[in-house]
Amino acid sequence: MKVAIIKYNAGNIFSVLYALKRIGIEAEVTDDFDTIRNADKVIFPGVGEASTAMAYLKEKGLDSLIKSLKQPVLGICIGLQLMCQSSEEGNAECMGIFDVKVQKFDNSSCPEFKIPHMGWNTISATAGNSLITEEQNNAYAYFVHSYYAPVCKHTISQCDYITPFSAALHKDNFYATQFHPEKSGDLGEQILKNFILL
Amino acid sequence: MLAKRIIPCLDVKDGMTVKGVNFVNFRNAGDPVELGRAYSQAGADELVFLDITASYEGRKTFIDMVRRVAENVNIPFTVGGGIGSVEDVGNLLNAGADKVSINSSALKNPQLISGIANNFGCQVCVVAIDARCDNGEWICYVKGGRVPTERKLFEWAKEAQDRGAGEILFTSMDHDGVKEGFACEALAKLNDILSIPVIASGGCGSMEHFRDAFTLGKADAALAASVFHFNEINISELKDYLHNNNINVRR
Repeated sequence: MKVAIIKYNAGNIFSVLYALKRIGIEAEVTDDFDTIRNADKVIFPGVGEASTAMAYLKEKGLDSLIKSLKQPVLGICIGLQLMCQSSEEGNAECMGIFDVKVQKFDNSSCPEFKIPHMGWNTISATAGNSLITEEQNNAYAYFVHSYYAPVCKHTISQCDYITPFSAALHKDNFYATQFHPEKSGDLGEQILKNFILL
Repeated sequence: MLAKRIIPCLDVKDGMTVKGVNFVNFRNAGDPVELGRAYSQAGADELVFLDITASYEGRKTFIDMVRRVAENVNIPFTVGGGIGSVEDVGNLLNAGADKVSINSSALKNPQLISGIANNFGCQVCVVAIDARCDNGEWICYVKGGRVPTERKLFEWAKEAQDRGAGEILFTSMDHDGVKEGFACEALAKLNDILSIPVIASGGCGSMEHFRDAFTLGKADAALAASVFHFNEINISELKDYLHNNNINVRR
């Protein structure tokens, strides 16, 4: 099993490497096109700002590479957002893998909801999906974000904060989670295992 | 529904965790990596590792310990103590920390907050405030609670938020180590004036104190050390207790 973690200008990449190690998977953090293309699984993680991250990916050609991949790809947090059409964060035009536009949380009518959405919140599961199974329905996952993908036809898991939003998306070989499986305790490790087994 | 967080804090000195009563006398309580892993398995929502002697003696937090924690622990953790620059923060994040906590250095150099927020995002920057109520006024202290400053708690917390802090970790020096409960009134006021999460710290001695921090104090998270280190409160029992008191927690 060859797992590639895409290296770019976003934080938290090594956390994913460590999390995979804990479930017995040795992965490689890389921006080498051939290594990424030849991997069995590709993870696109990160914490960062959308327009800055997108500009970097475009400059390196990594955006086109990611879109062209045929093996299972897992985007995490900003990874999910960059795989959508666009993001209100820095008015970024994103990769357009998922047909949905990323928005900023609006708490103007409910200031008791703090932004960022930070901490543990419950996620739903959709019957028949292999990434987040029904056993994981209503489990707590760890989120840190101020922008979100609304619920759409690619949504396989929902979370509710101010409004219901996409906790996870799936289309063809592309998967993505808004929460951080690498920081979501035993649940997160199970979801990473589910991804590795796809 | 977003859960209220329970955060064990591991004060680290010479690679071992310690906890001071009112920040003075230390008792030894074990290996930070092993403790961190045990807490994570017991149901802790996050961990904080503070190099408590760092700001006093000018030492840097131990990168190796941070890396070992990141390798072994599957929940988020914050590192603090002796962080004086954006470069220090980059090193800690690269070692695997999720957030950093800054205290004295932010009061000395408030631009550090925006520097961290601009480079790594607001969510990375926890501003810790040690304060004491002197003649009815909450005053910020530095150097591990030894030295009073000119700054007042509520003004400084608001300024820290405006400069890009992602969370405020408020420790009442009057309550810390005394085990008679958190400073709930001050916590509630902080929560009212801020739009970022507030972590309650200092004074916890019983499960009721946690409940009060969340209900009366309106805190988003509560942090404690010795009650967990010396097994006076079991985290999973605490979460059952909070759940039974209608407080949403991850179980």
